[in-house]
Amino acid sequence: MSLLTIESLTKAYPGVIANRDVSLEIRVGEIHALLGENGAGKSTLVKAIYGLVKPDSGKMFLNGSSFAPPDPRAARAAGVAMVFQHFSLFDALTVAENISLGLENPPPQSEVAASVRRVSEQYGLPLDPDRTVGDLSAGERQRVEIIRCLLQDPKLLIMDEPTSVLTPQEVGILFETLRKLRSEGTSILYISHKLEEIRALCDVATVLRLGQVVGTCDPRLTSARDMAELMVGSALHVPQKTDKPLGQVTLSVKGLTAPAPHQFGTPLKNISFDVQVGEVLGIGGVAGNGQDELVAALSGEMKVAPHMVTLFGKPIGNLNPNARRALGLCAAPEERNGHAAAPDMSLIENALLTGATRKHLTHRGFLQWDKARDFAEAIITAFDVRAPSATSAARSLSGGNLQKFVIGREIMQAPDVLVINQPTWGVDASAAASIRQAILNLATEGAAVIVISQDLDELMEISDKFAALNDGRLSQLRPAAGLTIEDIGLMLGGAHDMEVAHVDA
Amino acid sequence: MLMLEKRPNPSRGWTIATPLLAVLLTMLFGGILFAALGKNPFETIRSIFFDPLFSEFAFYYRPQLLIKGAPLVLIAIGLSFGFRAGVWNIGAEGQYIMGALFGAGVGLAFYPMESWIVFPLMVIAGAVGGTLWAMIPGVLKVKFGTNEILVSLMLVYVAEQLLASMALGAMRNPEGMGFPGSRNLAQYPSAANLEIISGSGMHWGVVAAFIAVIFAYITLSRHIFGFQVRLSGLSPRAAAFAGVNPARLVLVCLGISGALAGLAGMFEVAGPAGQVSIDFNVGYGFTAIIVAFLGRLHPVGILLAGGLMALTYIGGEIAQSNLGLPGAAIQLLQGMLLFFLLAVDVLTNYRIRLRIMEQT
Amino acid sequence: MDLSAINPILLLASLMVAATPILLAAIGELVVERAGVLNLGVEGMMITGAICGFAVAVGTGSPWLGFMGAALGGALLSLLFGVLTQYLLSNQVATGLALTLFGLGLSALMGQGYIGIKAPAFPDIHIPLLGDIPVIGPIVFQHDPLVYVGLLLTGGVWWFLHKTRGGLILRAVGENHDAAHALGYKVIKVRMLAIAFGGACAGLGGAYLSLVRVPQWTEGMTAGAGWIALAIVVFAGWKPWRLLLGAYLFGGVTVLQLNLQAAGLAIPVEYLSMSPYLATIVVLVIMSAGRAPGSLGRIFHASR
Repeated sequence: MSLLTIESLTKAYPGVIANRDVSLEIRVGEIHALLGENGAGKSTLVKAIYGLVKPDSGKMFLNGSSFAPPDPRAARAAGVAMVFQHFSLFDALTVAENISLGLENPPPQSEVAASVRRVSEQYGLPLDPDRTVGDLSAGERQRVEIIRCLLQDPKLLIMDEPTSVLTPQEVGILFETLRKLRSEGTSILYISHKLEEIRALCDVATVLRLGQVVGTCDPRLTSARDMAELMVGSALHVPQKTDKPLGQVTLSVKGLTAPAPHQFGTPLKNISFDVQVGEVLGIGGVAGNGQDELVAALSGEMKVAPHMVTLFGKPIGNLNPNARRALGLCAAPEERNGHAAAPDMSLIENALLTGATRKHLTHRGFLQWDKARDFAEAIITAFDVRAPSATSAARSLSGGNLQKFVIGREIMQAPDVLVINQPTWGVDASAAASIRQAILNLATEGAAVIVISQDLDELMEISDKFAALNDGRLSQLRPAAGLTIEDIGLMLGGAHDMEVAHVDA
Repeated sequence: MLMLEKRPNPSRGWTIATPLLAVLLTMLFGGILFAALGKNPFETIRSIFFDPLFSEFAFYYRPQLLIKGAPLVLIAIGLSFGFRAGVWNIGAEGQYIMGALFGAGVGLAFYPMESWIVFPLMVIAGAVGGTLWAMIPGVLKVKFGTNEILVSLMLVYVAEQLLASMALGAMRNPEGMGFPGSRNLAQYPSAANLEIISGSGMHWGVVAAFIAVIFAYITLSRHIFGFQVRLSGLSPRAAAFAGVNPARLVLVCLGISGALAGLAGMFEVAGPAGQVSIDFNVGYGFTAIIVAFLGRLHPVGILLAGGLMALTYIGGEIAQSNLGLPGAAIQLLQGMLLFFLLAVDVLTNYRIRLRIMEQT
Repeated sequence: MDLSAINPILLLASLMVAATPILLAAIGELVVERAGVLNLGVEGMMITGAICGFAVAVGTGSPWLGFMGAALGGALLSLLFGVLTQYLLSNQVATGLALTLFGLGLSALMGQGYIGIKAPAFPDIHIPLLGDIPVIGPIVFQHDPLVYVGLLLTGGVWWFLHKTRGGLILRAVGENHDAAHALGYKVIKVRMLAIAFGGACAGLGGAYLSLVRVPQWTEGMTAGAGWIALAIVVFAGWKPWRLLLGAYLFGGVTVLQLNLQAAGLAIPVEYLSMSPYLATIVVLVIMSAGRAPGSLGRIFHASR
């Protein structure tokens, strides 16, 4: 029996058609995967279902009757609930308040708390309703959203990239919960680009590419490779790793300890590691476990005691970012817009942003605009950045292109050590592949690279050594070759405080 | 239904056109306001915007343009650094007063000695006075995270009380027969900020204002400090990543604006005003905020905006004496100008699209 | 100097009166800031409220109608700020400053015919029984009604923010406007309502100055009271009850320095007059703790 039917839905934004003639059918009690690269139109489609976006044309039917929610409240009232990837929780409010905000006719606060406890037990998702959301881990935050949805007794639950913030064990628990929901007759629209997960969980998969449906398949019977090619449209380039001997230790971190820089930050606790010439060190972990803080302590944005960070034996923990750049340590933070790059400035100015020191773009404090322009254009050419010109504002570039620019800017300064946080977050597959290749090339040329990422597949692909960051602590470094997903899961600290769900389905 | 859509790149055309559009809208609505006050709108607008430049008495008003414009430009240039960097010094009026008090203090201390050194020392003292006053919100912000908007503004009221205390007490003219106010510095040759060319209105403050414009232009477009200022305002985290020390930036920006406001006060007290008096300050420090925004925080823009604002001051006085227009109407006109500028500014970064509501 | 001329009971009683205009303006601004909007135009709205209230009260002879006019005037002016910042996406700091400059000009123009006129009387009420309690009675229970309106508003705002659905939504919008939008709440509508409430409260505060505290109209009569109200919101850490403390603290300094002036303390008047502003700075330095609403001052534009 069909729950939601979408017939030739089209939605255009100026310059792009986000959805073209998309048709889709979700049946009662099925887990339906929506698969596609970044920018394929998945978000627009689910926003239309959730009433956040108004389609230009096309029809939707829910339980056989016409369905066109003008806003999310109408969608919720009709039985559609959504777990967002980000942007939907209020840090300063409590769990119960957050949940109450997502309910249409909420009972008094005390009753909300009681229902939270009930549902969290029923589905094996422990959560204290009185805690402030800003203090929760990423996994716990997601539980808030899931419970918020479950309290509405949804007929259709939309989940947008739900596993990107979870450890492997937490993923297992989430899947148990979702399977239990399916057995109770709830349909789930599951958005992801992780093929193995979809094969393990989903009944049907609809693949989107460039806004159009390019295929529907049964993921249990289709190979991951076939689905990937359907999604990307061509065979993917897999980065090539060359074997090379590792050289001397370049960057050494000893007993790095630092307080949380802001209220909801993570303190760093006694982190120690070395990286060698030619090595790629992959640091895995769920976001919010000290990644930003570690990058800040390495880049120089956060100063620590001098001896905690040494570069070629020289203590640099108290130096500012430019002094570290001069010595050969460059970094690329996670957030492109507003941290690694200034969105309202031109690419030339953004090239100057970190390149001034090593590329000698200033003379006695005066800017040499022609040299900065040359540098920006060199990055654009070498890293295939799609931009109208070097004078374009950074905000006018797509996520993948801006990321290529940011990574390219650091790599072209020929650093001895490069620290990158989330190199391919929100980047399309081809750009991600070329960024990974560039990282490997830099290591081959004799630099040490530290890559921090939540994407374990990515880390396994490019790292020589692997370590996990959990609650501000770093695990032992281990050779990446031969690590199993279970090993990694244990390094990541398992399922944190989560008990294994007892699902009585 | 009108929708706003963010432009990928800010529009260069609108960057220049929006201030002009704001001026036109202000004239239009100002005209309506004047009509509502029972004045002939065309005659009033002409008195304010054209008479100071083109009437038969323009020879008298034109020098006034420099005299009124110089402090506005000087202060606004200083403010523009902080405003670009997201450091909101809105207490320039207080720094202006302190510059005047320090400058006048040095001048009065030397009285009646005649020496070429007196005036340069007064200039330095004026800059120091403004800077010190601006350092109070700066240091408090850097050390304690105190809001610089509120502190710098509170200090305006404190400075006004200090001014009153000086005019009535320490700096009162001993030969002034008990009237409040200091000796007239304009009549003390070594301390006077006289016109460089007689009858032109060109005094040393005007020279300083032009130098400040050039200095600011070069700094903002060619120097790493100007780049850091702009970067800090647009993306504070990116600035920290680029190696900008935020505490130092706050102090330098406040220091520059304090020094320039102090200089403006010093040139004013030694020249056009002549003496420290209770009503010495007339709100240049606040009007300069309008000038800074109207000039789009760009040095050349500020120069033009300062001229325009000086025009409304002089034209306002003409309209006041000839047409009986209330002085407050000019103040309102200036506020209106800033409002319209902020309103039309949306066109620089956003495109307006008309969208027909679909029926559901 | 004669310190015995200062009557402690009268001092404490006038403290409540001196605190009221600041409290009224600050409680409105607190709501605005909890909704994520920084309106620096409090001074402009206060002074506009002062003249609107004065003009209406003189015109009708009724102080109550005057206060209503003041609230309306303040709210209308604040909507100007609302349209600019919420619909035309202008910078809130600059727009707030513009509102203050505009309000000062507007009030001066409106007030031209009202200089030197006396406001109609707004008598104190003597609350039965409570007002007869010795010491406490005259200090707390023998004031004009607006003093109690201020207290009720403070309690009401606390109750609204923490005990009602609307308050929860308002806090959510101020904490994270993107998330509130994603849940389907009308961010701009909530903010416009908050801004109008803030304007009305500032207007009331201004009218309290021109109708009760002074009571007549003079240009620029707010003399920084709006800015002090803004400072007290920061001091209070965006919490209504601490706002009360801040306003009374400030009222205390004001009243004390006025009494000291009257008692002829050997300090020049100017230095006493600057004490409330210095006290505000000191308070800001000591109490800059407290977490501001997450979206405070940020521009909200619902893109894709």
